[in-house]
Amino acid sequence: MSDYILEMNHIAKIYGNGVVANSDVNFNLKKGEIHALVGENGAGKSTLMKILFGMEQPSRGEIILRGKKTVFSGSKEAIASGIGMVHQHFMLVESFTVAQNIVLGMEPKKGLFVNSEEAVRFTKEMGEKYNLPVEPEEITKNLPVGLKQKVEILKALARGAEILILDEPTAVLTPQETDQLFEELNQLKKQGHTIVFISHKIPEIKQICDRITVMRSGRTIETYLCEDVTEQQISNAIMGCELNTSIERKVKKYGEVNVHVENLSYTDKSGVQILKDISFNVRKGMIFGIAGVQGNGQVELIDILSRKRAVQSGNVTFFNQDISGLNQKTVRELSFGYVPEDRLEQGVASSVAISENMISNDLENNDFQKYGMLDFRKIDEFVNENIKGYEIRCAGGAQPVGMLSGGNMQKVVVARECEHNPDILIAEQPTRGVDVGAAHIIHKKIVQLCEQGSSVLLVSADLAEILKLSDVLAVMYEGEIVAFFESTEGLNEEKLGLYMLGIEKHTLEQMRKAVN
Amino acid sequence: MKGFINLIFSVDFVYSIFRVMTPLLFASMGAVISDIAGVPNIALEGLMLMAAFAGMYFSYLTQSAAVGLLMALLIAITFAGVLAFFTLYYKTNIILGGIALNSLASGGTVFFLYLVANDKGTSVSLASKTLPNIHIPIIENIPILGDILSGHNILTYVSVLAVIFTYYLLKSTDLGYHIRAVGEKKEAAESVGISTIKTQAIALLLSGVMCGFGGAFMSMGYVSWFSRDMLSSRGWIALAAEAMGRQTAIGTAAASLLFGVADAVSNAAAAQGLPSDLVKTIPYLATLIGLAIFSVRIYKKQKEV
Repeated sequence: MSDYILEMNHIAKIYGNGVVANSDVNFNLKKGEIHALVGENGAGKSTLMKILFGMEQPSRGEIILRGKKTVFSGSKEAIASGIGMVHQHFMLVESFTVAQNIVLGMEPKKGLFVNSEEAVRFTKEMGEKYNLPVEPEEITKNLPVGLKQKVEILKALARGAEILILDEPTAVLTPQETDQLFEELNQLKKQGHTIVFISHKIPEIKQICDRITVMRSGRTIETYLCEDVTEQQISNAIMGCELNTSIERKVKKYGEVNVHVENLSYTDKSGVQILKDISFNVRKGMIFGIAGVQGNGQVELIDILSRKRAVQSGNVTFFNQDISGLNQKTVRELSFGYVPEDRLEQGVASSVAISENMISNDLENNDFQKYGMLDFRKIDEFVNENIKGYEIRCAGGAQPVGMLSGGNMQKVVVARECEHNPDILIAEQPTRGVDVGAAHIIHKKIVQLCEQGSSVLLVSADLAEILKLSDVLAVMYEGEIVAFFESTEGLNEEKLGLYMLGIEKHTLEQMRKAVN
Repeated sequence: MKGFINLIFSVDFVYSIFRVMTPLLFASMGAVISDIAGVPNIALEGLMLMAAFAGMYFSYLTQSAAVGLLMALLIAITFAGVLAFFTLYYKTNIILGGIALNSLASGGTVFFLYLVANDKGTSVSLASKTLPNIHIPIIENIPILGDILSGHNILTYVSVLAVIFTYYLLKSTDLGYHIRAVGEKKEAAESVGISTIKTQAIALLLSGVMCGFGGAFMSMGYVSWFSRDMLSSRGWIALAAEAMGRQTAIGTAAASLLFGVADAVSNAAAAQGLPSDLVKTIPYLATLIGLAIFSVRIYKKQKEV
């Protein structure tokens, strides 16, 4: 018997349409380790995990689980063999209670009916056993993301999972939730569970993982001990070349005020004040960063600026023009671009082709028209240029966007919003769930826009990103701007964290500088 | 007018509400189950029509109402199965499949009616059987209440049971949980090993059972013959009731009651000598108004968020 709990040897997966997702992948797990699986979007991580979880059948290769050669014909068998998966998009029935979700498919029965008390008791017991306390009778819909994830993990554990696959678990979490997750994962590790951790965030991987396997274009490149490699080495292995992710900012010259927000307040339907007296200016050629833990009013602020919500009180102007009377279409006519946080819901029409998605905000542009009809030759030219420029991995402009991986989908959104050179760009979590290479391309584009004289409002929970790109930086906490920095020099994530958690606060005078 | 008001408040009128509500209850429960499972069955009308014909024909052939009922159920379940097969296995659009079944039923029943009864309108020339009326002991002797609650066709009582069945099926059984999970988030159900196809097929078959009862009631209880398109859109009104009842068994039953009252009013008004073509529009008007009020309310609610 080898010392591996799982070995996947020479796995290959070729889809019916000839796409090679995996070619010769070797992956193994030791019992009780946290093992990172990294690679660019589309490198084949998801496919490999789908094979492990029985959702796909390998075209070649063998899976050896606990020393025995195994074939899974469906995820049911994988679950029965002690493999659990926590998907990036949660597999929870939102209208069910937590307990109902936990026991789904294996409901305890009393006669003909489901035994609800037993389900609640079982959920509590599982929560205690694995140190993942949850409220069994809470409706899942009402839970914050971090708790939903806990329910997902518990769901897998309740089915006897010894090997847990976590697909980008931290992409949706706040820094605090992430810390808590790591604590929980370490607990599970101590109890003898083996965890596969898929992530793009290399610092996190260094923090929590024991070993790390790098994949690139459908192959496993190498497996390292985490302590033996530096972040830069991991990054290089992922990209297959030395990638310098630092960005040079050539021009830094501020012009007139493009975005002016003054005393903006917002109260939601249930009477809770979400935004309190927000004021700031974004000048031409400036990247204005807004940091903050998610749910501190950023979404509402952006919704108001992008005309999804009404301006209740206060004043918002773009180019000295009041925007309260504009709608989403007319505000775009002012030369406005918006990269939304939720690309699947708001960013793209997933069943529609890449090309159509890429021009959907600019159909009235005369460049794309000829005799009042769309000029597809020109459109194709534009789309192909962007596919090349943004390195979008796809089968061509006609492919539906929904078939792309998350990072490539995001590049389509960024290309659409940036390639028309908007004078104002709002970028909301522009690189969430995006690999290092793609994030670099997106960052470069944002900086380039700014150098050409656009005003960029960058909202992100990714502090590294905020610190890297922003010229000036504000921190939001409970609907207020609690800190304003005229430059990011000397700032680090720890310092910012104090403001983000409301522990420290700038003086009013300092914050007034945001209206510069 | 006074005669009409007297009629509305009469025992006969309330009794007739239960009678006209029976097919609506069956069909709308079929709508609830299939819609919750994510496979909205819009072929209720057609399935009931086929069942009505099968009930009439086989009870005439065998001279047994029980065999008629069984065959009505069998036919409705079979065609619900056909719908399930094409939509779940071959991925036909469920709405198109439903339309096809409705057209097939409408034309097919007339074709077979002509074959067996030599008539394209009704089957009155065939001596088919009806299902018995049930007199409930004790209750039947209570004044007024007895006249209202007792003496209904056996299927009217079954229709009330159907509501209770649907309620508990969805609320407290594992099958009900699976149906809800599959309808709301297919991937979640599949990730824990619940088969979507199997669950949705069961839901469609159950809606077939409901339609079997509803159709059998029409030709073997409501009246004692089959006539072309005799469901007169009850299958569609049931869908409206299901929408107004927000896909809950109880809410949908309440909406069905509303439409039942409208139907009974129109029957009563016709009996009073009011122009029948006009009063026959009452149930459909009620449907339209009900749906309009319902969607305005939903719209307002969404707008507030």
